Amino acid sequence: MNKRYVIYLSIFIALVLEVIPMPLDVAMYRPDWLLLVLVYWNIALPQRVNLGLAFACGVILDILLGYSLGLNSLALVVVIYISSLHYQRLRNYSVWQQMVLLGLLTALYNLIIFWLQHWLTNVYFQFSYFWPIVTTVFLWPWLFWILRKIRRQMGLS
Amino acid sequence: MKPIFNRGPTLESRLLIVVVLSLGLLISDGLYGVFKPLRSLLTTLVSPVQYIASLPAVFLDASTDRIISQEQLITENEALIQQLVILQADNQRYQSLQAENEQLRKLLDAPIQTNLPKKVAELMAVDNNPYSLQVLINKGSINGVFNTQPVIDDQGVVGQIVDVAQTTSRVLLVSDLSHAIPVRILRNNLRLIANGSGELNLLNIKHVPHSADVAEGDILITSGLGNVFPEGYPVAVISQIKRDEGRPFAMVKATPLARLDRLRYLLLLGQQEMPLAPLSATENRVIKGDLNE
Repeated sequence: MNKRYVIYLSIFIALVLEVIPMPLDVAMYRPDWLLLVLVYWNIALPQRVNLGLAFACGVILDILLGYSLGLNSLALVVVIYISSLHYQRLRNYSVWQQMVLLGLLTALYNLIIFWLQHWLTNVYFQFSYFWPIVTTVFLWPWLFWILRKIRRQMGLS
Repeated sequence: MKPIFNRGPTLESRLLIVVVLSLGLLISDGLYGVFKPLRSLLTTLVSPVQYIASLPAVFLDASTDRIISQEQLITENEALIQQLVILQADNQRYQSLQAENEQLRKLLDAPIQTNLPKKVAELMAVDNNPYSLQVLINKGSINGVFNTQPVIDDQGVVGQIVDVAQTTSRVLLVSDLSHAIPVRILRNNLRLIANGSGELNLLNIKHVPHSADVAEGDILITSGLGNVFPEGYPVAVISQIKRDEGRPFAMVKATPLARLDRLRYLLLLGQQEMPLAPLSATENRVIKGDLNE
């Protein structure tokens, strides 16, 4: 079964979407694409997409966005750890419950990044840092639907 | 604890491994900058992602360029010709003034300011990183870009290069929280340091005594003291001054002159081999004398 490229392709697209240029006013609301895609694959195929891949993707995102290395990877790894502890429960929840939990996960992700960044460079708290949480939550149902469709068509398991 | 996976290490031990790895990376890179030399290689490795991400913008630009109306082109052309005439008229005076200035400086035995080589670069992407204000440009080490190279636009100083890949490089903007630039006030040569604030259009000027002669609207130009930025380029204009006697220093804020939110074409100044601090007139003479003998 070598259909695994679908996973890597979706991650690659998520990475592109993370860096795609946008007007400044819109870029503030950019959802955490990589987190969404990784959480989906982790829930669907926990034996394929796990902490190691999350770590690697986090490092790539760090390089792409000019963060200190290890910042995004640490935040992603914590989130993926939580989601892989509860993947069976998350799978069976309704969309609304999933959205609430995903909101918590995204909030944790953004908070970890903020804390680490505060520790490294003393950034001040700005509310605009946390807009991505809202957009990410509302994107989840659509992304879940699309990725599940792709996964079922490809017969990935 | 019951392992979730039948093969391989348990989830907890995996977590431990990757968390330790991440923290190791964070401490070595974030606090000590161990990976600074490796950064250019790493950025080169991921640059395909950047190129693909910039494709839609390139296509959009190309199509808007194609469907631009003739009328628009004519008006734009006329405006540009007018601007060119005005600039050329200014340039005539500038040439003679520069020659005069050089002669006066020679008389004073002050260092002569040489013309710095310039390179035009185009903006590729603005980082989606709310904590650090950086932009990506389309020139890299094969174009002779080097670390700490100053970057300006047509209005003022934009920032400096922090990370060079093969064909792209990263510019740290002057208003980034970790950036500071030595400046002086154009009006009275008072030396100051302008720190970035993390907000795109705001610079904080720290350690200004209450008695300092600073006024709103003063223009700050680079002082050339840090040996990174050449002297005399406009940086910012002072926008707000609060003299609260309860605080040890006056609170001074400035707005960058470069239009950091609408950058398009950028100028890279200087060359790697050449030191940015120009040689003094006497040194120049000594070197020339050596060559003649």
